[in-house]
Order: sequence, then structure tokens, then C-alpha cells
Amino acid sequence: MSDVQDYQSSLSDTGSRKLGTFSYLPAMDAAGIRKQIEYIVSKGWNPAVEHTEPENSFLHYWYMWKLPMFGETDVDRILGECEACHKAHPKHHVRLIGYDNFKQSQGASMVIYRGPMK
Amino acid sequence: MAVKTYKAGVKEYRETYWEPHYTPKESDILACFKVVPQAGVPREEAAAAVAAESSTGTWTTVWTDLLTDLDYYKGRAYAIEDVPGDDEAFYAFIAYPLDLFEEGSVVNVLTSIVGNVFGFKAVRSLRLEDVRFPLAFVTTCGGPPHGIQVERDKMDKYGRPLLGCTIKPKLGLSAKNYGRAVYECLRGGLDFTKDDENVNSQPFMRWRDRFSFCMEAIHKAEAETGERKGHYLNVTAPTVEEMFKRAEFAKSLGAPIIMHDYLTAGFTANTSLANWCRDNGLLLHIHRAMHAVLDRNPRHGIHFRVLAKVLRLSGGDHLHSGTVVGKLEGDRGATLGWIDLMRDRYIKEDRARGIFFDQDWGSMPGVMPVASGGIHVWHMPALVSIFGDDSVLQFGGGTLGHPWGNAAGAAANRVALEACVEARNQGRQLEKEARDILTTAAKHSPELKIALETWKEIKFEFDTVDKLDVAHR
Repeated sequence: MSDVQDYQSSLSDTGSRKLGTFSYLPAMDAAGIRKQIEYIVSKGWNPAVEHTEPENSFLHYWYMWKLPMFGETDVDRILGECEACHKAHPKHHVRLIGYDNFKQSQGASMVIYRGPMK
Repeated sequence: MAVKTYKAGVKEYRETYWEPHYTPKESDILACFKVVPQAGVPREEAAAAVAAESSTGTWTTVWTDLLTDLDYYKGRAYAIEDVPGDDEAFYAFIAYPLDLFEEGSVVNVLTSIVGNVFGFKAVRSLRLEDVRFPLAFVTTCGGPPHGIQVERDKMDKYGRPLLGCTIKPKLGLSAKNYGRAVYECLRGGLDFTKDDENVNSQPFMRWRDRFSFCMEAIHKAEAETGERKGHYLNVTAPTVEEMFKRAEFAKSLGAPIIMHDYLTAGFTANTSLANWCRDNGLLLHIHRAMHAVLDRNPRHGIHFRVLAKVLRLSGGDHLHSGTVVGKLEGDRGATLGWIDLMRDRYIKEDRARGIFFDQDWGSMPGVMPVASGGIHVWHMPALVSIFGDDSVLQFGGGTLGHPWGNAAGAAANRVALEACVEARNQGRQLEKEARDILTTAAKHSPELKIALETWKEIKFEFDTVDKLDVAHR
């Protein structure tokens, strides 16, 4: 058994909380985030930014950062809104969404800034 | 109008049921059969016989035929085509007027068009290749209780395929040990676990105990990971009363999803359960035990694309669809065809994918295809590429067989999945760059690294028995 590794996860360790797509990968760097924004734009989806206190992340509704950026295709401007949201709420999780209005769903949703867990 | 007179006796079917100049109506149900006639029976006669025996006809003329307008009610063979690569068989296209079928009843449709005719002596073998359900019929059916988009919203999962695992061993675990296996999978990063289809309510594990322990596993895994989780509680039962009793208990526990075997339990039970799920807010996972009995023989039976369409009409939010790459049968082109038929709103005729008719689903929700059976992390890039986001990828042995246990196996699959989705979004070629994508992801995940080492040699490379019909097979 010595070569079996224990799986580290518990109720008491807030580090065990996950945040949907890409939360099992290392946090994305700026270049990685940019590529995902490019993907959302290439799909014709509407980018949006949301944020929440980490302890409330399970709820469906997070706080909207302004309004979804309908028709916005400028990657730098989208990235700028993500950063502005993070700057205004440095202790919150910030997620980037790509609204697919044809499927009436979200084609993409990923947490790009992870707030500190209490 | 010419008055018909009664003349007893046997007429050739083609006199009445072969109409090569007929233009199918928008509202007709259209069927394509692959027919191998008995020696000496002309194609037109065999096609007409199939049309007759699956609609208004019988073997001899009866006087009561004259009390109705048979020309209005009869099915018609309207086209015949060669089957590529098979000199004995041919395709017969038959149009049935909508009035032949009860609204909202896939049971009635199947009883007619795959009923007695399949035992009919004039044909050696018969296979229903495809059916076009007119929108006028589609709108009378309930369809999936929720559909893909509502499931994503309820489960709060976007931008990737969902991950599942069937709990093994499929038979013999106690309810509490079974719940342990569920919990370990879910805390490791899976979205769903699944009852094996064989698991109903046997002496070793009664359904009520299983449901209770599985729900505790879900609740703890949700609290621990902060993500929504589910376990397909199999409510397939010997009677519909018992099925509903189990479904009601699942609902009382707050279960997000239940499960049903639609072929062995039957379409009536399935449609009722789907309606119940819609009324009560539970997702419905559909297993397809017995399908290969019906769909695997290339010359006889019912093609899976028909069974998939019928399930979409009867109702289910998930349906097993084959994997292309795992241990179970499934031609790639044909699989891509029927997963489109499960998910999309409008599907064009495409013979290269075995689709014989345009199919319009109107606003009926889509069904999530489930890829399950003999797949492991090395298959992940191909699976993401084949199935796209709107699918459930289920790794049974590929999760539970991890050397460090279920949670590690689940984490390995989740990391591999997310790495593949990230790479795809970056424009990388998943199947070409599979090795690089997975080994790079494994640098941050010891669970994935061990999984990649464990399963590197396993392949399933038997040839597919039921291929699409092409010349020179």
C-alpha cells in the first residue's frame, strides 16, 4: 500500500472546493485566459463577467459585473473588464462566461480569478 | 369517383401498394426498410408487401375493405434503391399517412411498422433503417423531460462534456459499500455516477437502501467539492406501480436524476416515466439494454438510429449512444449521425452517416448522448473530438480501476477532460496531439500520470459488425 497515494480532499479544507470547468487544472495565466476569450469570440458568443464571495460559489446566481458584453469582439476590452472586476473585488471568484443565445445556454463558463477561501 | 366492387381472392400486393409516382406528404411518416426478398419475389412485390402488411393490408381481399377509403389509409411503397455492397438486399421506401397512428404514441407506430411484417414469409429478412417522423407527429409527443440546456442549468455545468462512471462490480455490493464507491467517484471530480442496468432491487441490495446511501454520498460530495452531483438511481422495476414508487422515493430524497431501461421495460412505461420526470423536475437517464439484439444484424431488425429517435419522442434526457473507440460496437460515421439525431433541431439527409431522411424536431428538447463502455483516459481526446460538449463520458473501469482508487481515478479523468477542452478551445488538434496534451496535463496531476501508465496498452480494435452500407465492404 505504500505506493498508493491518499486523495486529499475534505469538508474542513476549503481548498477542496472546486469551481466547474478548468478548476481541476492549474490557474490560467494571462496568455491562457486570452486564448479562452479568443475562443468565445470565435464562436460568436456574448462574453460576460460575474463574481461572488467564495463561500457563496455553489449558488446559481453570482453578481453580474455590469452587463454581458453583447457583440463585443475586442479581446483586450473583454480582458480589461475581467481585470476591472477582479480589481474591484479582489477577494471574490471571478468567472468569464460566453453566452450562446442560439442554444439559450452558456457555451463557456470558467473561473479565471480564484478568491482566497476562508 | 369510380365505384369499387367486391371480388374475393388474392391480389398481388403491388397492384395496390406500389406507387412509384407518389410524392410523400409533409405529414406522412416515412420509413426506409432494407429488404431481402425470398427467391423469385420481385422487388416491387416485396416492397409493396411490406407496405401492405405494415399498414392496411392483409393476405386476401375482404369485403369490409369497401366500407372505407383504403386509398386514404394505406401505406405505399414509393421508391426502391440498391443497397451498396449487397446484391441481394434493396432499400424500400414506404410512406404512411399520419392518420394510421395514435397521437403521441411511439408504441402504436412501432406496433404497426415493425409488427407482424417482420415475420412475413415473402421476405427473408427485414431491417428498419430509418424513419422520418413528421413535425405533426413530433409535436404530439412529450419528448425529453428537460433536455440538454435545462440539464446544464440545473446541474450548473457548462463548456465541457459531463463525466460519469458506472459503479462496479455491477452485482453483489451491499448498499452501504455501493454508496462508498459513489462517494469516492463524486468527491474525485465526476459529475455523475450510475447504477448498472442490472441493478434493480436484488436480495443483496434493495433499492430503498441503495437510494438512501447514494443520496448521502451525493450530499457529502457536493459539500466537499462545492459542485453539483448526481447518481442515476435506477427505477426500472417489474411493474410500473413499483417503478413509480421508487421514483417517488428518489424525489422525496431530493435526487436530481433517475434512470430507466427503455427497451426491456417498454415504451409505455418509459413514456409515462418521462412525463412523471417532467412534472416532478427529475432528470431521466436512459439505458438501452437489449438494443444490440434489435440493431446489430445489418440485415434484420431495427437500426439504432430509429431506436434513438423513438427514445427522443418517448422521453429521456440521456441516452447511451456507443463510444466509437471503446469495447462496444459503433461505426464512427453512423454514430455521428445518430448523436446529431439525438441532439439537434433539424438534421439533413446524409447517406454518408446513414441518415435517409431530413428530420425536423421543432422545439422538442435534445437528448444528451452518453458514451460508456471500455473507455479510459487515453480515449479522452478522441471522445471530446467526436462527441463535443453536449455529451456524458462515462468511465467505469477507467475510474474504479485506478491503482489509487475511485477518487484518484475520477480526478485523473477530470483533469484529462479539462486539459482536452482547454486545448480544443485553443485550436489544437486533439486526436493528433493527444499524447502531448495528456502528458503535459499529467505534470500537475499525479493521479493522471498513474492512470496514463496503467492503461497505455489497452486497445479495442475488433472490426465493427454493423457497418454503414458501402460498396466493397
